[in-house]
Parts: sequence; structure tokens; C-alpha cells
Amino acid sequence: MADLKAQIIEQLNLQEVAPESIGDDQPLFTKEGLGLDSIDALELIVLLQQHYNIRIANPEEGPKIFHSVRTMAVYITENQTVKA
Amino acid sequence: MNIYINGTGCISPQETAQGGPLLAAPREYEQVRLATVDPDYKQWIDVKQIRRMSRVVKMGVAAANLSLEAAGITAPDAIITGTAYGCLDDTGVFLTKMVNQQEEMLTPTAFIQSTHNTVGGQIALLLGCNGYNNTFVHRGFSFENALLDAIMILKEGSAQHILAGGLDEITNHSHQLLSRFGLYKKEPVKTMELLKSPSRGTIAGEGAAFFSLGITKQPGTVAELSGVSTLYKPLWEGEVIGHIMKFLEDNNCTPADIDLLVTGRNGDIDHDEIYEEIAAALFPEHAEASFKHLCGEYPTAAAFGVWMANGIIAEQQVPEAAVFFGKAPEKINKVLIYNHHQGTHHSLVLLTAC
Amino acid sequence: MSEKVWIAGGGVISGIGLDVPACIQSFRDMQPGMAAMQYLPSVHRNTFPVAEVKADNATLADMARLPENISRTALLSMIAAREAWQSSGLGDISQYRVGFVSGNTVGGMDKTEDFFADYLANPRGGRLHQLVHHECGSITELVADQLGIRHHVSTISTACSSGANALMYGSRLIRNNIVDVVIAGGTDALTRFTLNGFNTLMILDQQPCRPFDDTRTGLNLGEGAGYVVLVSDSLAARLQPWCRFSGFANANDAYHQTASSPDGTGNYLAMKGALDMSGLQPQQIGYINLHGTGTQNNDVSEGIAINRLFAPHFPAMSSTKSFTGHTLGASGGIEAVFAALSVKEGIIYPNARFEHQMKELPFAPATGFSVGHDLQHVMSNSFGFGGNCSSLVFSKSY
Repeated sequence: MADLKAQIIEQLNLQEVAPESIGDDQPLFTKEGLGLDSIDALELIVLLQQHYNIRIANPEEGPKIFHSVRTMAVYITENQTVKA
Repeated sequence: MNIYINGTGCISPQETAQGGPLLAAPREYEQVRLATVDPDYKQWIDVKQIRRMSRVVKMGVAAANLSLEAAGITAPDAIITGTAYGCLDDTGVFLTKMVNQQEEMLTPTAFIQSTHNTVGGQIALLLGCNGYNNTFVHRGFSFENALLDAIMILKEGSAQHILAGGLDEITNHSHQLLSRFGLYKKEPVKTMELLKSPSRGTIAGEGAAFFSLGITKQPGTVAELSGVSTLYKPLWEGEVIGHIMKFLEDNNCTPADIDLLVTGRNGDIDHDEIYEEIAAALFPEHAEASFKHLCGEYPTAAAFGVWMANGIIAEQQVPEAAVFFGKAPEKINKVLIYNHHQGTHHSLVLLTAC
Repeated sequence: MSEKVWIAGGGVISGIGLDVPACIQSFRDMQPGMAAMQYLPSVHRNTFPVAEVKADNATLADMARLPENISRTALLSMIAAREAWQSSGLGDISQYRVGFVSGNTVGGMDKTEDFFADYLANPRGGRLHQLVHHECGSITELVADQLGIRHHVSTISTACSSGANALMYGSRLIRNNIVDVVIAGGTDALTRFTLNGFNTLMILDQQPCRPFDDTRTGLNLGEGAGYVVLVSDSLAARLQPWCRFSGFANANDAYHQTASSPDGTGNYLAMKGALDMSGLQPQQIGYINLHGTGTQNNDVSEGIAINRLFAPHFPAMSSTKSFTGHTLGASGGIEAVFAALSVKEGIIYPNARFEHQMKELPFAPATGFSVGHDLQHVMSNSFGFGGNCSSLVFSKSY
């Protein structure tokens, strides 16, 4: 999950955020959490594709998958295909 | 009805983002590409939003906020932006990825930030402004069209305070490409000697200048925006002269009433010829100030010129760094800014002290 | 100051026709313009249906009487602008103070994106000729110069509301006596930049789009150009104007860069502002040409705003984007022509492929083409990225 946090920070250009400060279960998309928005969700979809070769066809699934770093990690583990 | 310039804000290759005497400590360069002196943009933009913003958007937001602060306004009724090149950095990023990645796995941020109306849209978003919002993207008229739109809307009574501005940025790609068109000096020239350099080409600049315009004068207001006019592809200098005469007439004045001429001379010996002709024909004894040796050449550079002219009226003197010819009178009442971009887009802005 | 502004004519080129009569015929025949990509080379060519103008650049160049290697955006613009002028009955353009105000989002990007591949490989590579008209404003000038328009030339770029904003600015230029006539509208050609850009937002439908349908899944991109000829009172008196350009408003949603607010604030303010300017009550609008892109977000926001403003008297409404696709910078102009014709001929346009009423809304769009309605006032909506919302009202000529 530490790697994932670093990738998220890079993809979303979260310049002032240190990986350690993102809680494993911290909600990513609420104001009290990391305050990400719908564009960030799309960026995360690309992140999954680029780094883990996972394609999400329907952006509506986003909120569930990207709820927290942990839910993302679980999703990746379940769906990761080996890169050709 | 008079239109007042109630506040101004400017980000440029000079230290214009802070207060203090106008251009008191001018930055001199010896390079063909000038870059803005950037303030700390976090003063106006929250960290969560700033991460997505390219430089041109930050410049625009900063200049807009500075002009609103100066006018004592938090919520304008309308926001009108002029930019010829738009958001070049993000355009370049998206194009590059698109080509290199063969249209796969592209990211949305660069695309949505690349649209020309991003600056105007972001300003509205940050201010929570639901009012009229427009973006002009017409080459050397982008800024002047924005001013004209603002004037027309204020005069019809649809708004009381309008934020209007012009901005353009340079990126590595854009500079590389514009250079290939032969626009710039082949060798770096000292900027303070630019306007006397006897060769083709100018230097590239960038910046943002915004104006809080209103129909009522505020305590800090020094000038009225008396008139704006554009002239597209004049066929010869006679047409330019005629246009200036008519513009002054429409604004109830003659060349004799103009106290200071501010010109967009840019050091390109061919393109600067028209300024010589106009000065000789209409303003032979007039004091003249110039500005592109301070901000560089770009399609919306006239915004810097107007910002500077407003500052000159405020201080009732021309800063040494901007003097081109002669000595301005004790009382600087009317200032005419005459600029052209690449010989095809000529514009006039008249400011009157109030 | 001339108080009233009139529509003296209009021109359109789109995925459903190379001129206005052809477009109207397509509506009549229920023939939408979505198909597999034919002209634009892209890896996504078989994934997304698009409504391309059914002509290659050589053909368009012939029609436009411009060189073939000019940007497609300019070719489309020229064709529609000329049709608009010719339909106005004004005759020799040099007799008038004329303005040309054109909206576009891509400028000459169709050429630039080809150039860029060469340039990235080598900074001195690529032919500069392809870059010369990259700027949005440059495209406008190619057409203005060809038409002989010099008095006032301007370009607006506010995403999908560009064309509509061009009509507003043009109208003001006339009312302020800066010009007597304005050709106003917009143009955009399909480019890989746009196609891929929209794809990153995941709002493209892989099937022909279904605006205002409860099961809609996105938009189809289109391309084209549309212009109206705006004239002053005194000129209108000598002509047979199509209708009056009676009201307009531009508001900003100020909610998010690309998404519309859930309650459609910007949309509501734009529509209400347009009604206020034209001095009308909502029930006086006979037909709304919806922005109706077919995205989840736009259609519900637009629908909720319409509900808020018009309930309980809902006018007929439809999205012509179900035929032309989303033509971006051109859409405000193209749809202005359709709306003006709507007043003139009493046309209600069909909303293609509509089956399921949206659960959030108590109304549904019109599904068939019909003429001869007594439409006193018609509204056209254009809502774009950056929260730029614009609404136009056209009224019968008297």
C-alpha cells in the first residue's frame, strides 16, 4: 500500500502530501478525507491501467473501488492481470 | 456614463505583483525569452486546487485577485478574459502524451486544463461567481475585445463591476516553434537597448494583467477607461493615422489633448516603423513611453501597457525605465496607448485621469 | 443605439447535411448522422460513433473555394458563413460595416496534431505550414479575409457555449453601432485531440447517443459550423428577417471545471436571464433546443433546471445533438440556426433514439419531426466546460 500511496500522490500531483500522512482507511473523496473529486477518480482509473493493467470500463464503479487506499489495494490484488 | 479602472493587477517579467512605486527597480535582461516574476501563488489559491493549475492559470488568478483587492471588491458581476494562445502548457502535455502513447492511457487533467476558457472558468470557480463569463481568443485583439465586451455590458446596465484582463504564457514548445517563424532576435539584446536595436525580430514575453472596471469611482481610482478601438489589417499607414484621428474625435479630443503616448514598440526595426510614422504625423512633440522592453512581445502585451499607463496616471510621472522620448507634462491627464501585434492587429486605448 | 437585433439568415454544415436544406431534410427523414469514423485517422476509429461531415477535405476545399491544405475547421466555417450571408439577401458585403464573430475550441488543431508527431521526433521537424493557423483566431481570419470582412473580427472560446456567446457579443456590437451586420456562430472540426480528450473523461458513448433518455450512456462527438446573420433594426426593415434575436444570457455554474452542478444552477440562471431580457414568462416559450449531449451529468442538470423554471408548463423540447452529435464550438451557432428556423417555419425537431423518460423529470422530449406549429418564442441552450452556460431566445418577427 505504501507504493500505491506514492503512485497516487504522483498521479494526482498532491505536492504537499507525504505518503505516510494518508491513512490506509482514510476516505479519499470526502472533504474531511483527501478531498479528491471526479477528475481525480478518472486519473486513478488511468493509474490502475498504467501500473496494474486493470481496465475499469464504467466510471460509476469508481466511488466503491477508490473509497480508500485499502479498498484500492484489495481491488488491485483481486483483479491484477499479469502484464504481457 | 464613465467607466472607471477601480483596481489593477499584473504578473509580468517585472516585479509588478507587489505594490510600491511603479517600475522603480526594473529588471533588465539580456535574453530573447523573458519569464514572469512569480509571486507565491498560494496566497490566492488553495493547495488542493493549485496542484492542477498550469502557470498561465495561476498568473490569471493572481492578477485577477490583485485587481479585485485594489478595487475593494470580492465579487465581480462578470469575468471577461482575453488570451490568444490559451493554456499552452497543458495543450503541449496532452499532445505529447497522445502522440507518444498512441492515444492510449491518456489522463483527463491536461485535457481539461488545456481549453482556452480554463483561466476564466477557474477565476469564477475560486470566487464563486455565477455572473457573465466570456473568453476572447482573437490573436492581438484578445485583450481589447475583452475590454470592449466589458464596456458594452457596463454601459447597458447589466453589471456594475466587471473583471477584465489579458494574458498569455510561453512554454518551451511554444518558444521553440514561434522562434522557427523568425519572430525573435537572432542574438540576445540588452532589454534596455531593445528599442534602439537596428535589426529584425523582437523578444518573447508573457504575463497577465487584470482590471476591475466599474461605473462608480472608488477611493483609489485614478483613471477612466475612456475608449478602446481596434483596426484589423490596415492597408497602409494613412489608414492607421485616419483611424487614430477618428478615435480621438469620437472621444472628444485632439492629438494636442494627449499628454503622453504609450507605444508598443518592440525592437523589430520593420514593425516599429509605423510608430515612427504615427509619432511624426500626429504626436511630433509628445512625450512617449514604451513597455515591451519590460514585458516582451506577446499577443496580449497591451494589457501590460494599459496597466503601466494607469500606474503613470496614478503617480503623475513616467518611470525612468519606461521613458522613450521627451518629458511628460506636469499634469498627465490623457494617455493614449497605441499598440500593434505583427503589423496586422492595431489597437488604441484611451485613459483619462479622474 | 439600435435596440432590436434580427436574424436575417443562417448557414449550417454538419454531419447531417452540407447545407441548411439538407440538414432539415435529414430531420424530416429521421436520418441521424452518427456512423463509424470515416475521415479522421485514430486508433479509436471503430470504438466510438461520430457525426462527421460527410466530405473529405478536398471536397470541402472545393465547396469553400479555399486551398485544400487549410485546416478543416476553417473550411467548414467558410462554407457555413457563406451560406448564411447568401441567405440574408444583403447582397454586396462591401456596402456594410460587417463583423465576423466566430467561436471554436480546436482552432487549427487538426493540422497541429499531425505536425506534432514530426516535431516531437525532431525539434526542427514538421512543416511550419501546418502550424501557421493553429490559433483559434487565425481560423476566424482565414474566413473573414476570404469574405472581405474587416470592420470587426473576433473569436470566442468558451467550450460548448462558444457559438452562443458569439451571437451575444455580435448583438452588442450592433446595438452599440460599431457595425451594422454580424455573421455570428461557431465552427469545430473533429480532431484526435478532442476525441481523446473526451475519452479521458469517459463520457463518450460507444453506441449512438440517447439524449434525455434514462438509460443514456454518453455523447457522440460531431463536427460542423453554423452561423446566423445578425442585423440592426434599420437593415431588417429592408429585408425579410427570419425572426428577432430577442434575448440572451450567459451565467457561470462556478461548481466544477467539467461537471455541472446537480441542481443546474448555471443552466437555470442562463435560461432565466434570457427570459428576463426578452421580457417573457416561461410559458411563452414554445420549444427548447436542448443542450442535451446525452451525458449522465448534463441531461439531468439541464432537466432539473428546466423543471425549476418551466413547471408546470413544459414546452416541446428536443436535442438535435441526437442527429448532429456534439459539435462543440459550432453547436451554439448550428443550434441557433435551427432555433431561428423553428420560429420561422414552426419546426419542432425530433430527439432520436428516445425511449425511457428520465426518472428525475416529469417531461420527455419530442420524438418526431413536425412543422407548422405556431411558435412565438424559441429557446436554445448551450452549456460548456468551465461552467460556461448560455441561453438564447428567438422570437417571431414583429
